[in-house]
Amino acid sequence: MRAANASLRWVAPLGLDDPVALASVPAETHATTRPGKGLSIRFEHAGKSFGQRQVLAGLDLSIPAGQFVAIVGRSGGGKTTLLRLLTGLDQPSRGRVLIDETPVTGLQSSVRLLFQDARLLPWQRVISNVGIARAFGWREAAQAALADVGLADRANDWPAVLSGGQRQRVALARALVNHPGVLLLDEPFGALDALTRQEMHQLVTQIWQSHGFTTVLITHDVREAVTLADRVLVLRGGRIALDLEIPDARPRLTGNAKLAALEAEILREV
Amino acid sequence: MTERVRLTSRYLDGLVPWLLPILVVAAWELAARFGVLSARVLPAPSDILVAFWITLKDGSMIHHVAVSARRALYGLVIGGGIGFVLGVLTGALPVAEKLLDTSVQMLRNIPHLAIIPLVILWFGIGEEAKIFLVAIGSLFPIYLNTFHGIRTVDRGLVEMARVYGLSPTALFLRVILPGALPSILVGLRYALGIMWLTLIVSETISASEGIGYMTMNAREFLQTDVVLLGIIVYALLGKLADSATRALEHLALSWHPAYQTRKAVAA
Repeated sequence: MRAANASLRWVAPLGLDDPVALASVPAETHATTRPGKGLSIRFEHAGKSFGQRQVLAGLDLSIPAGQFVAIVGRSGGGKTTLLRLLTGLDQPSRGRVLIDETPVTGLQSSVRLLFQDARLLPWQRVISNVGIARAFGWREAAQAALADVGLADRANDWPAVLSGGQRQRVALARALVNHPGVLLLDEPFGALDALTRQEMHQLVTQIWQSHGFTTVLITHDVREAVTLADRVLVLRGGRIALDLEIPDARPRLTGNAKLAALEAEILREV
Repeated sequence: MTERVRLTSRYLDGLVPWLLPILVVAAWELAARFGVLSARVLPAPSDILVAFWITLKDGSMIHHVAVSARRALYGLVIGGGIGFVLGVLTGALPVAEKLLDTSVQMLRNIPHLAIIPLVILWFGIGEEAKIFLVAIGSLFPIYLNTFHGIRTVDRGLVEMARVYGLSPTALFLRVILPGALPSILVGLRYALGIMWLTLIVSETISASEGIGYMTMNAREFLQTDVVLLGIIVYALLGKLADSATRALEHLALSWHPAYQTRKAVAA
């Protein structure tokens, strides 16, 4: 039953009566006028249920502007649901989700999401993928974002000829192109090999530091969470089981004893 | 020295596929020349060439081909256009699918050549009858493949496009239509096959011009060479249409890895 629903759901945006897709359009200008500023996030008793099944219990959580938060937990713990509430793809069943003290009611142009797979359009060249929204002056903005992720020379390639890591970097450039206030990362490094993953960690940290957006990283890799984030949340059974600050300064070296201790503490709660 | 040998062997390699057809035609020619084959059953290839030359010189060949091609094209554009629009509607809107799909599937299962008597009653034996039949024949392959193509567009890409704020029109033009295009082009190739088949049948039954008419007329006068010529022209036109679609595929799907490698091999 759920599978059937899912297979039909994507059809909806084609309908002209779809308020979600249309609502996001005027908001575009909002984000571009305030480049590189992080936005605060607040969950007020936000809960989500699908039928009888409660995925998120009433969640209270405040993330200050510019913070790098990692959320870890087992699959089915509500991580993806939390992310979908932040993007506006889903609405909370109870309570509210606020970004920059404004309730989220639809898709937000100030919030950008990096998926687990790169999700590049194979029939568009790299630069057109980055500038997918085709906002005014998109070509220059896309070129600049590509330079940020170190792929300026691949602008006119097809996505098919890129490696997995390069594709994920193009996806990152696409997320950065209109200077989001919030960047959501949905396990974007899970499919990469260890070396590429480390490169991506450095790249994301560096870009986060220079752009100053608020970042929420979803991951099941506790070490990754500890290496990247200011703060790690453990989500278990739809509740926050642990909320831990990572005080260590950057750059963080793997094998650091303090981080290893934090990692062990988090693993106990997962 | 070795370079030369390699070149020669490559030359021979290119000839191998044509070896059998050349032998068959040569044997056929000899058999006809020495009276083993009656000219009424199977005229010699050289006679067919002569017939081709004669019809070309008096302009009748070009006229008949033009008439047939026009019928084929009109029918394909009308039928394919309707099939495409219906496929997009049912593929994109669940309401449209519920409303239309059952009816389309019922109509699809009627062999379209079975309605020839009805078509003659409606339109007589004029141009409309043939164009109508071709349109009906090419409608369904394009409808089915458009529907299937739209339904199988990667849902991850559609979700991504929504998150990145694409309007419904942009979503359709930049994500759904390109995603469905490989399937739609497969439908087009099927439709072309059915288009020629339908045209041949309808021109053979009732026409006063066109290649089908030319062959039926030749049969009346026992001109077997012209009949064979007509068949060959049909084959050539079919091949031409197929090559055109292949070229279109290469042009429209140049992003596709399969077409990139094929191009690289060819180069």
